[in-house]
Parts: sequence; C-alpha cells; structure tokens
Amino acid sequence: MIRAALAGIGTAIAAAPLGCFVVWRRMAYFGDATAHAAILGVALALALQIPVFGGVLATALAMGLIVHSLSGRGFATDTLLGVLAHSALAFGLVAVSFLSGVRVDLMGYLFGDILAVSVPDLAIIWGGAAAILLLVLRRWSSLLTSTISPDLATSSGIDPRREQMILTLALALTIAIAIKVVGVLLISALLVIPAATARSLSRGPETMALLAGVLGSLSALGGLALSYRADTPTGPSIVCVAAVFFLLSLMVSAARR
Amino acid sequence: MTDTSPLIEAEGLEVKRGAHVALRNVDFSIRPGEIVTIVGPNGSGKSTLLRALIGAIQPSAGTIRRKPGLRIGYVPQSLHVEPGLPLTVARFLKLPTRHSKKAIKDALEYAGLPDLHDRQMSVLSGGQFQRVLLARALLEKPDILMLDEPTQGLDQRGSAEFYRQIEAVRRELNCAVLMVSHELHVVMSASDRVICLNGHVCCSGTPEIVATAPEYRALFGTGTKGALALYRHTHDHAHDHDHPQLDHHHEDHAI
Repeated sequence: MIRAALAGIGTAIAAAPLGCFVVWRRMAYFGDATAHAAILGVALALALQIPVFGGVLATALAMGLIVHSLSGRGFATDTLLGVLAHSALAFGLVAVSFLSGVRVDLMGYLFGDILAVSVPDLAIIWGGAAAILLLVLRRWSSLLTSTISPDLATSSGIDPRREQMILTLALALTIAIAIKVVGVLLISALLVIPAATARSLSRGPETMALLAGVLGSLSALGGLALSYRADTPTGPSIVCVAAVFFLLSLMVSAARR
Repeated sequence: MTDTSPLIEAEGLEVKRGAHVALRNVDFSIRPGEIVTIVGPNGSGKSTLLRALIGAIQPSAGTIRRKPGLRIGYVPQSLHVEPGLPLTVARFLKLPTRHSKKAIKDALEYAGLPDLHDRQMSVLSGGQFQRVLLARALLEKPDILMLDEPTQGLDQRGSAEFYRQIEAVRRELNCAVLMVSHELHVVMSASDRVICLNGHVCCSGTPEIVATAPEYRALFGTGTKGALALYRHTHDHAHDHDHPQLDHHHEDHAI
C-alpha cells in the first residue's frame, strides 16, 4: 500500500509540469496518441523479452518524433494524431494477440496495476520523475517562452523546435513511468485533469504547475483510498478523484466571481 | 557608438513558403542606431523578412549574418496567450530573462502602464498589449528593436503616441529600429531609410527618395504624398531642436 502511494505521488509530480505544458500548448490529444502507442510498446517488449519500461519508452518516443516531424504537412494535427493514435493502439492489440505462450494481463496495461508496484518499479518511477523534473526545471524559462511565442523565443536565442523536442522526450518518459500507475487509457487524464484544475486557481504558470502536482498527488492518494475501501479498480478511481477536484475548482472559481 | 559594422546583414535572401516564393533576391543591412522601415502591400513578404532576420524562418537561399551576441528586441505583430495559461504582466516581462522587481516596475512606468503589474495578459486591451510587448523587448536592452506592424489595432492617436515612444526609445537606448508598417506617412517620416518591398526590394532610400520613386508610386499611388509632406514639415521642425544628428544619418544612408 505504501509502495502504491509512493508510486502514485511520484507519477503525479512528474506529470504535473508536463500536464501544464500539454494544456498550454493544446497537446492533450498528443498525450493520448503517445500513450496509445505504449500498448504497442508493451507488445514489442514482451515479444523481444526486454523490460516493458524500455519498450514503452521507445515506442512513446518514436510516436512523439513521428508526430513532431509529420506536423505541418497538409493534415490538421488532430487528424494526424487520430490516425496515429488509434493505429498504434490497434497494432498493439493485434501484436499482443500473437504472443502465444505469454499470458499478458492486458487489463493491467490498459488501466494500470498500481497495487502490484514492486520496489524496482518504484525506483524507475522516482528516477524517471526526478529526471523529468530536473529537465523541465532547468529549461523552464525557455520552455515557457517557446510555448507563448516561438518567434519571441527565437529572437531571444532560444530554439523552439529544440524545446518542443525536449517536451516530447519528457512526455514519452512520463508515459513510460505512468503506465504502471494508471494505465495507457488514463495517462492523458492524469496529465490534463490536475493541470486544468489548477488553472482556475492560479495566477501564474509556476503556481499552476505546483498546484497541479499537489492536486495530482492528492488524487492518487484519494483514489487509492477509494479503491481500497470500495474495492474499485485503482487507476480509474484515481482519475475519478481528480475529476471531482476539477468540479470543485470550477465551483470555487465561480463562487469567487 | 564607434562600431558601425552592420547588426544584421542579408544577401540574396530567398524564402519559400511551400511552393510560393515569398521573398527573392533581397539584400538588406542595418547599422547601429539606424531607423529603417519596411513598407509594402499585404502579402509582400514584410513579416516574412522580419521573421527570417530573427532566425524564425530558414531562408531557401542566400545568407543572413547577425552580429555575434546581438540582442534583438522583437515585438511581434500579434501574440495569442492561451487562456489555459495564467500569466501576469510582470511574469511575462521576465521571459525569458529574469529582471529585478525595480527593473520591471521602471519598465511599466516607462510604458505608461504602472498599474498593470498584476493584471492577467489575457484581459489587456490591444493598446496595452502592444505596450507590454514593447516593454518586454526593451527590458532585454536590445541592440536592435524589431517591430512588426506594431500599431495594428490602435486608433490614430494611439499609433501616433506609440511612434513617438519608439523615437524616444531610440534616442535613449541608441538602438537600431527596424519596423514593418503600412501606415506610410507616419512611419516613413520617422525613418532614416525606407525599404519598399513587394516580394523583392522595389526601391529603397531616404523617405523622400522612396516617396517619389516610380516603383513606390506604382504600388501605393500618390495619395499619401500630401500627408507625408505635412508631417515631414512638423517633424523636421522638432528635429532641429532636439536631435540634429539625425540629419547626418540621412546623408549616410541615402542610396
């Protein structure tokens, strides 16, 4: 139980600043696409007998790079993502069915299996979270400037394409560590919902990221508690709690006006 | 300023947007302290040239040389701040470089917006937004200020004020100014040099030369000439008292 709580908090903290960027850059669907590609990663990892974390990381990264390079070539980004996300998911599901002999707990990857988190898993989650935080914090100002205006960033000597790439990389890493906690289908929720909740309660980007981290962690703990008492699936329970926070935040900001 | 080598220099610049050639064979240079204005009809590649010069667009041919360590203060044509991103004016001014509280306060005073410190960027009016953009550019202590249609959305009085401020800025910081505009009579009279652009450089030189050039007339007609003369007169008058050194610039860069 403690391991599960630690895993949830670690993931929430890593997801918070990235979730904010996902909201600010309108990349919610991009997060989805990358996450769906993760199922393909799971299948490939099992087939090649490499660690699932590595497989997921590789496919999420590949997906990010493909979207990155295909964007601006005649298709609207949401069309492109729609094609890629669901193709990757479908190929992944088909690939999993070929894996005879290996019993794959598909549900575990789709919805997460936070209660089965092992100590090595925890090490990966916290190591990954630390790497993401370090990367994002160090480049915070550049990332933020590029997000607000790529041209403004360029004129200040920042390369917005590079910053975009860094975000893609960090996002792939987040998805790879979050798959165990909330599963492929709900990773986007963990990215977007706490950030959206924090939005109506903050006046600056830093506050928003910080608040998203706190809200995400509380959601993880609340979801675990809910799941423990009511015997509900844990990943979805976490997202439910996050959604309730979002509703509350709407009410708070409405009451303030 | 003793070093008068160009801040930015472009040679044989060609920029393609898809299959369309937006700019071809453009030579350009700007020296420290110069005010250069780019005029041209819609779709003539004015913004494209500016964005190529800051490095936001890769040219398909030609070269761009920026002086090493050049500090650019860029004021974009418009800027959309995503509603999902909470951002106060003070925070925006610190992007990407941190500045002291005092510097921020001074910059806002100077821009005439002392009360906007904690205001959200998303609720500013068009005029306030432009002034904040300018304040941010100036905080970077630029060698060159680049403005893309800076008075779009401002009324006549607002834009006249804005240009007066630009001139004041140039006097104080002694930075070069490169502007894109279609408000010909106001802008041209404040410039040392005007470049008339329509996919390529049609003509360039002092405002007087450009305003009488047949290429310019062909693009804009002669309708603005009267207004230009009028403004020119009052402007020259101020020149003689405040900063006679401007005249010497005119001589220097007449082509």
